[in-house]
Amino acid sequence: MAVELDEGWTTVITPHRGWLDWRLKQLWGYRDLISLFVWRNFVAAYKQTILGPAWHVIQPLLTTITFTIVFGNIARLPTGGAPPFLFYLAGTVPWSYFANNLTNTANTFVGNAHLLGKVYFHRLVIPISIAISNLVSFGIQLAIFLVALAYYAVTGAGVHMTAWAWMAPVFFLMLAGYGLGGGIIVSALTTRYRDLANLVAFGVQLLMYATPVIYPASSVPAKYRWVVGLNPLTPVIEGFRRGFLGAGEVTLLQVGASFGVMVVVLAVGLMLFTHVERTFMDTV
Amino acid sequence: MSTVIRVEHVTKSYRLGAIGGATLKEDFARWWARKRGRPDPLALVDGEAHARQIGDQFWALDDVSFDVAEGQVLGIIGRNGAGKSTMLKILSQVTAPTSGQIRLKGRIASLLEVGTGFHPELTGRENTFLNGAILGMSTAETRRKLDEIIAFSGVEQFIDTPVKRYSSGMYVRLAFAVAAHLEPEILIVDEVLAVGDAEFQAKCLGKMGEVAKGGRTILFVSHNLSAIRSLCDRVVWLDAGRVRMEGTPSDVIEAYLRPANSETERGIIDERTERSGTGEARFKSVTTSTASGEASDQFYYGQTPIIVRGVLDVAEALPATVLELSLCTTDGLQVTFASTLDVADCAVRLAPGRHYVQAEIDATLVPGRYWVLLGLHRHPNGRTVDFVPRALDFEVLSSAQGSAPDFPYAPRGFVRPIVRWQLEQVPEHPNEICAQP
Repeated sequence: MAVELDEGWTTVITPHRGWLDWRLKQLWGYRDLISLFVWRNFVAAYKQTILGPAWHVIQPLLTTITFTIVFGNIARLPTGGAPPFLFYLAGTVPWSYFANNLTNTANTFVGNAHLLGKVYFHRLVIPISIAISNLVSFGIQLAIFLVALAYYAVTGAGVHMTAWAWMAPVFFLMLAGYGLGGGIIVSALTTRYRDLANLVAFGVQLLMYATPVIYPASSVPAKYRWVVGLNPLTPVIEGFRRGFLGAGEVTLLQVGASFGVMVVVLAVGLMLFTHVERTFMDTV
Repeated sequence: MSTVIRVEHVTKSYRLGAIGGATLKEDFARWWARKRGRPDPLALVDGEAHARQIGDQFWALDDVSFDVAEGQVLGIIGRNGAGKSTMLKILSQVTAPTSGQIRLKGRIASLLEVGTGFHPELTGRENTFLNGAILGMSTAETRRKLDEIIAFSGVEQFIDTPVKRYSSGMYVRLAFAVAAHLEPEILIVDEVLAVGDAEFQAKCLGKMGEVAKGGRTILFVSHNLSAIRSLCDRVVWLDAGRVRMEGTPSDVIEAYLRPANSETERGIIDERTERSGTGEARFKSVTTSTASGEASDQFYYGQTPIIVRGVLDVAEALPATVLELSLCTTDGLQVTFASTLDVADCAVRLAPGRHYVQAEIDATLVPGRYWVLLGLHRHPNGRTVDFVPRALDFEVLSSAQGSAPDFPYAPRGFVRPIVRWQLEQVPEHPNEICAQP
């Protein structure tokens, strides 16, 4: 009889949970919450603004124009033969998706402590909904890029797409993976070491200069090649440019290696996240 | 009935001083010392190793076990810091226990706060969906119950207005309405009822009672002992992280309100620790007695006056003070407040030495148990010199003395004031008017 009563427990709360106990099935059960968070992030961000979602267009355009003027016209950095505007746009669009994912998810625990301290839901709901929300602005920016690309192609500027363009979805997936993975690593660590939060924005900025975003990898002096070469984000940006602009130094092997690194970063992130999520309320 | 919540040997400890204060350097120092088999360089240095470990740990919960059966409404009571909130946080999986385990059966929803996740820029309707999802409702479920939720909240007119324009009352109403329409098998509620006006609180309590009758299991933490008494089937009393007592609401609440053992010697309140004030004067003892001067802790219904005598030792001269004598029920609800300012519009001067205070209470109390609260405050700034919240208790019986009528009903209210009734019959003119053709 007693044995019978002991059966049918649906939840067991224990002190520790395995590093690999990610409960992805439970996460699937929260898909309604994820979509509502995505919707909230989008709607709430533009209430009481004049331009609303137009900011998704204005922001990358202004950044690219600035880059074009500063790096292209003033510093005269090489662009590997591609029109400067298109070249910088092809760098900043994927980069900003990665950077936004990282900086926004890095704040998961500390920024949502009031919510997470009051109610339980799968904690990954927050970073995932952020990555999906960012997908919206990324999509808009990508559309701008494609429009610009079409314009330059029609006017006959030096643009030739290659078969690498088919790899674009893989590159986007990798950018999401890196942004999310890096972001949740930082979010897990900031629950203990608050200083990291200050480092994130600054670190992402530095990382951009170590990645061929505003210059082609081919223009890097041999002495510093290894820095750019070791950066796992290099093949993603270079591959994207090679696909759409026809210029870029990248091999399939590099992409494969980078993909492997991305999987590791994501796995480490999930492990740290799983480890921290249960008790972070005690330290935040 | 089967068990749906089983809490087994749950403990929760916090590292004192380390909360939010850790730096990478400290952690590295600890790790390095551990690696080399040295003692923790950052631990407190006094005492032996064992004591030290306990020294920087705070045990919010210490080996807590209890079961909750299906459909039961369990109340958790305890003083501030007893571990109630920690228990709820662990049950709602906001934080993990340090050891022990909890097993649950069924969908669980916790209401540690109303309006969790409300976004000020979104409208009431939009927030209903968002808050519902945060609490575990699917979008389809919320849509199905939307009309009901809006009707319950009473903010129909403003449902498409951003909630930042709501008054705090409207905000709470809507938030509670969402929470009230959750349909989990297990519901965890923390002090939610402490918000809103009296009418809304009554509505919330009613809703909780309804939910409880619907066969769902509820865990309810509150300081409102009346609510606990009326809603719960069983009560767990947490004290300093341990289960002090478990049983029926009336047994546990009565034990909870009884002063600790060392303090139960009737009327001696010299060493009573449950008191506050600056301490220039202290109440030493207190007694209750009847009009004939006979000490008693039982009074017949309608027997007045109830005489309260107290001994007050004054250490320093107090130029202007006010004496307070209040009564409260065993549920902690204050019934009366009386002070020396009520009868004379001047403060009492107290010279150093022993003083005897006598107060005659001329009120007809409804049968029940009452606590005497004694206070001495400075005038006019109101700073408390000495205040003993539960100095002494006495009982008012439902039977009256002599030929006076007994109290005829189950106790309702607290005071039966002297009321002079008048009743006149309306002249029968209306009938005459009707009788005319």
